[in-house]
Amino acid sequence: MALTLNEVEHIADLARLELTAEEKERFRDQLSTILGHFASLQQPDTSDVPPTATVLPLRNIMRKDEVRPSLSPEDALANAPDASAGCFRVRAILE
Amino acid sequence: MKLHELTIHEAHRLLLRGETSSAELTQAVLDRILAVDNQVKAYLCLMPEAALDDAQKADEAIAEARREGRLHELHPLIGIPLAIKDVICVQGVPTTCGSHILENFIPPFEATVIEKLRAAQAVFLGKTNTDEFAMGSSTENSAYFTTHNPWDLTRVPGGSSGGSAASVAAGECLGALGSDTGGSVRQPASLCGLVGIKPTYGRVSRYGLVAFASSLDQIGTLGKDVTDAALLLGAIAGYDWRDSTSVNVAVPDYRAPLRPEGSSRPFGSDLLQGLRVGVPQEYFVEGMQPEVEQAVQAAIEQLAALGAEIIELSLLHTEYALPVYYLIAPAEASANLARYDGVKYGYRVPDAVDLDDAYRRTRQFGFGAEVKRRIMLGTYALSAGYYDAYYLRARQVRTLIKRDFDEAFEQVDVIAAPTAPTTAFRIGEKVEDPLQMYLSDIFTLSVNLAGICGLSIPCGFDEAGLPIGLQIMGPAFGEEVVLRAAHAYEQATDWHTRRPEL
Repeated sequence: MALTLNEVEHIADLARLELTAEEKERFRDQLSTILGHFASLQQPDTSDVPPTATVLPLRNIMRKDEVRPSLSPEDALANAPDASAGCFRVRAILE
Repeated sequence: MKLHELTIHEAHRLLLRGETSSAELTQAVLDRILAVDNQVKAYLCLMPEAALDDAQKADEAIAEARREGRLHELHPLIGIPLAIKDVICVQGVPTTCGSHILENFIPPFEATVIEKLRAAQAVFLGKTNTDEFAMGSSTENSAYFTTHNPWDLTRVPGGSSGGSAASVAAGECLGALGSDTGGSVRQPASLCGLVGIKPTYGRVSRYGLVAFASSLDQIGTLGKDVTDAALLLGAIAGYDWRDSTSVNVAVPDYRAPLRPEGSSRPFGSDLLQGLRVGVPQEYFVEGMQPEVEQAVQAAIEQLAALGAEIIELSLLHTEYALPVYYLIAPAEASANLARYDGVKYGYRVPDAVDLDDAYRRTRQFGFGAEVKRRIMLGTYALSAGYYDAYYLRARQVRTLIKRDFDEAFEQVDVIAAPTAPTTAFRIGEKVEDPLQMYLSDIFTLSVNLAGICGLSIPCGFDEAGLPIGLQIMGPAFGEEVVLRAAHAYEQATDWHTRRPEL
């Protein structure tokens, strides 16, 4: 299972992860090795086997719609790299 | 015995008798940290003043209880100095997850387990080192430094809760919290000669635990013996409305199965009479260290000598646990770690040209190699064209692994196996080979995939004097029977009484 450089770049793009040329090569090698080792996963018969997403029985968790204490805007923004007027501040995305 | 060498239950007894105070105990442990942590490097953040303050308050509460004749009502963790893995939020204290991306993050809220420990009036010493976002088996993936194994400083303590494990083993705290997504409490417990519990999925609230792989993560405990493990687990277990995966099952008194009167039989050679212990053949594989296999086999014979019935069984899909885990956990991690975008908290690259550039380069500089590798692996497994072959298939095989355990627990009460295939490996030995590193979790992954509980307990030492761990696995919410089996084994052996020389 050898990945191409294009595939590595595509995955990095999906994950919004900038990689150096050297990182791309290294991840291409390592992910190819790891996925090659995982080929055994195709062996067991999984026809009619439902996938497990969680070991808990699937159920809706509901709570009463009532006001409870929560973070103040100041606390919520305290860790922001940049904040302004009670909002998280980022670079403009529109001209 | 020196104060920092005490178990939690021994220290509690001294506190109640007035033979020591929490302030004295906490100071002794802080002195120990000062003396050895430059070699062990267990702590990312220390809070000595807050700890002594906590201790003072605990001493006042103990004095008041003494005056009012209600010492017996005190929580067994009152005044006990503990360490917390740096993936659990303590309000107002930096929580880095061993990552540069959270270097300056100060949680504005308290994790539920911390609230519970505060209510017990435990003392918080500081935050312990971890592989970045708990991804690793050695602490070598920490963005800050590597923790050293107190039994041999040239070796890893295991991971990812390696800082917590090393701190307990080195006497730099009396007990600690860790987190276990694929073995991150049990494997370092094994490598550091401790008792570590991965509770059942849903047993302990994860509110305030920084998410890695949400269908697998669980907070666990590290301590010097089974009694301490039971005390710590009892203090943090329970339903929490703030964690929708916590399960509303009553918390039993985990000490009850450890008391002679809690068992229908008196302590003695037939302590485990009637207990059925499964031994899965798939957990004794080629390539494991022979001394580990011998020690675990001897431990199983010891369980038999205590009256347990040993039943050989098969967990047929064990060989698939590694690929299943290393597809599901990275897939979930790639989604969970999407939140680190440099907007709401954490590092942001200062010179981005636009928002997209800020995302990409913030993550490039903020994350280390293993985290990037897992984000890549997980994103790949979830991406169009590969989803069915990898992510879907991994979840189907997860079902098969879980069914193996469901069937096994119809025949047996607990399952005994090694915790890790080797004792502590050398620092640097596996850093260049991620797959070799992943293989050190091979015996612990299935417990998380099946959502059941597991514990590691010391069961011997190799020729180099490094500890070996016996893993005892139990069904969902079967912590009591696991603790009972572990405690009986502990009574019959003295591995847990040994301490590393530092």
